[in-house]
Amino acid sequence: MGEAISNYAKRILPSTDLDRLLEALQQKGYTLVGPTVRENAIVLEEIEGAEDLPVGWTETQEAGSYKLSRNGSEEYFDFASGPHSFKKYLFPPRLKLWQAKRHRAGFKVEQENDQAPSYAFIGVRSCDLCAIEIQDKVFMGDSYVDPVYKERREKAFILAVNCTKPGNLCFCSSMDTGPKAKSGYDLAVTEQLKESEHVFLIQAGSEKGHELLEALELADADEGAVEFENKQLEDAATSMGRFLDTHKLPSVLKNNFEHPRWEQIADRCLSCANCTLVCPTCFCHTVEDTTDLTGDVAERWRQWDSCFTGDFTYFAGGSARASTKSRYRQWLTHKLSTWTDQFGTFGCVGCGRCIAWCPVGIDLTEEAAAIRATDLVSD
Amino acid sequence: MIAALASPMLTTPWPIIKTHRENSDTFTLELEPPESNGPFAFKPGQFNMLYVFGVGEIPISISSDAGNPETILHTTRKVGTVTNALGELRTGDSIGIRGPFGTNWPVEEAVGKDVVIVAGGIGLAPLRPALLHLLEHRRQYKNVILLYGSRTPEEMLFRKDLEKWSSQLDIQVYVTVDRATRSWRGMVGVVTPLVHRAPFDRKNAVAMVCGPEIMMRYATEELQRRGVPDDMIYLSMERNMKCAIGMCGHCQYSSEFICKDGPVFSYDRIAHLMGKNEV
Repeated sequence: MGEAISNYAKRILPSTDLDRLLEALQQKGYTLVGPTVRENAIVLEEIEGAEDLPVGWTETQEAGSYKLSRNGSEEYFDFASGPHSFKKYLFPPRLKLWQAKRHRAGFKVEQENDQAPSYAFIGVRSCDLCAIEIQDKVFMGDSYVDPVYKERREKAFILAVNCTKPGNLCFCSSMDTGPKAKSGYDLAVTEQLKESEHVFLIQAGSEKGHELLEALELADADEGAVEFENKQLEDAATSMGRFLDTHKLPSVLKNNFEHPRWEQIADRCLSCANCTLVCPTCFCHTVEDTTDLTGDVAERWRQWDSCFTGDFTYFAGGSARASTKSRYRQWLTHKLSTWTDQFGTFGCVGCGRCIAWCPVGIDLTEEAAAIRATDLVSD
Repeated sequence: MIAALASPMLTTPWPIIKTHRENSDTFTLELEPPESNGPFAFKPGQFNMLYVFGVGEIPISISSDAGNPETILHTTRKVGTVTNALGELRTGDSIGIRGPFGTNWPVEEAVGKDVVIVAGGIGLAPLRPALLHLLEHRRQYKNVILLYGSRTPEEMLFRKDLEKWSSQLDIQVYVTVDRATRSWRGMVGVVTPLVHRAPFDRKNAVAMVCGPEIMMRYATEELQRRGVPDDMIYLSMERNMKCAIGMCGHCQYSSEFICKDGPVFSYDRIAHLMGKNEV
């Protein structure tokens, strides 16, 4: 996604200077959010500095499995996607929108004000960067704009990490969403650990990033470092653990609405909604209206919802999608087919989270391939 | 800078100035848009999000005359938590309104054509503004035909309107009931077969259809059999909705968001989906 390649010069940031960069962001008023180890996973939380990053940690992922382990490496970003994505900061899981108080025969509505800080997202992989661009289209791309998302998005600073360590469940090469961050970042780094040195190749992608970088007064990157980066990214692009053939995929899925494979998936799928919660692009949410015990104060909350829940399609006539088969079909078809009609892009960035965090290990690349292999309407 | 969080999701209290019982479980709320929000305007077929204090919010079509937006009517049936709570409200109470949302009936595109309206049950409510528009601008249209099916004579909606329109010579009204009761002297049976003998020119007609999905399917089949092209048949679809602005995802119908791409669709746009289960 996005063909823009930055024209700013590449510089060298010694790994020991990473904190200088993070401190510069903090001085600009940013709250840092980055990867850190918590509850046996590498998650995204507010961090104080480089010491909170998961140095020496990595993980192995299989369908239905995520195992954190120590690898003793000095690298800061030696791991693939964890269960969190940055969407929880731009599109909060639960948020109060407004409250209302009874007033004579009617009521008065008071808007809630968003108190979110300006976030600096540290270590955004290209897949997640593309996921943010996809959610931009959902929340700011049409005639209606979600002010919460817009405000948080415009205030955010993005420090991307070009991905040199794709995981076993990754397929960003298939989705054209990585491993190199192409656009949409303020700064992008490539971590380089050689025998004699540990550095970040760093490049600005915006005026905001450029200014910050200039203040650090770093040395220019030499040809050797740039060549090494190219090799790192070429290697990464060809070492994806998963592959998805996207050729004509939107029409393949539309044409196979009645494919027997959907029944077979439904025999395994628990309709638990994990895939939608870990997905960095899933945007569905619900609205909850409540009152306090007196009945005089009402509140409206917005919270993440999932197309796998029973209530999701409930209306006067019952549930529009009552079966698990129809819910999985909706989810997969939305991601890889109807999303392209709605937003001009796939709703999948190849991060592999839904494969790892599915309790029964359903793999969307495998399911899409199985349907293609037995296409009921081959053209 | 602090964001004004809720704007498109923020509801505005509107006072109820009258309530009217249509039948045992269906009622109409008459609302007055507050002046502070500026003039309210809508097109026939559009809907509002109706919020009952502390209870919840649901999409309901507007059933009043778009030419008179100083008074807004919503006609709905008590089927769930919010509609039941709406049914308990009285004159002087307020409900929250967001809207109007969605696409409208093609009353402009229908100029110079025959218009055939097929409604089933509560499906007459979103079509009422279209009928009122056609009658107000009667000279712009050729034949105007209303085919209306109700389960029983007692459950018939907008009885006064139906009686008035039936007595008019410039609109042809055919009403049928699934089950007749003692006093009924009209037609008995489902509404869809009436399409077969309705007096319209298939080459120059627009159809507007609203009712249960199954009824819309059969009505569409009958219209197709008469030779009305798919892009001249319009349907109004219904799904669960939480936001009405294309963000909550609930109303997705394959690639369509019913809230913003619909609720009114030309049949050619959704023909590939109709009749499929659990889309």
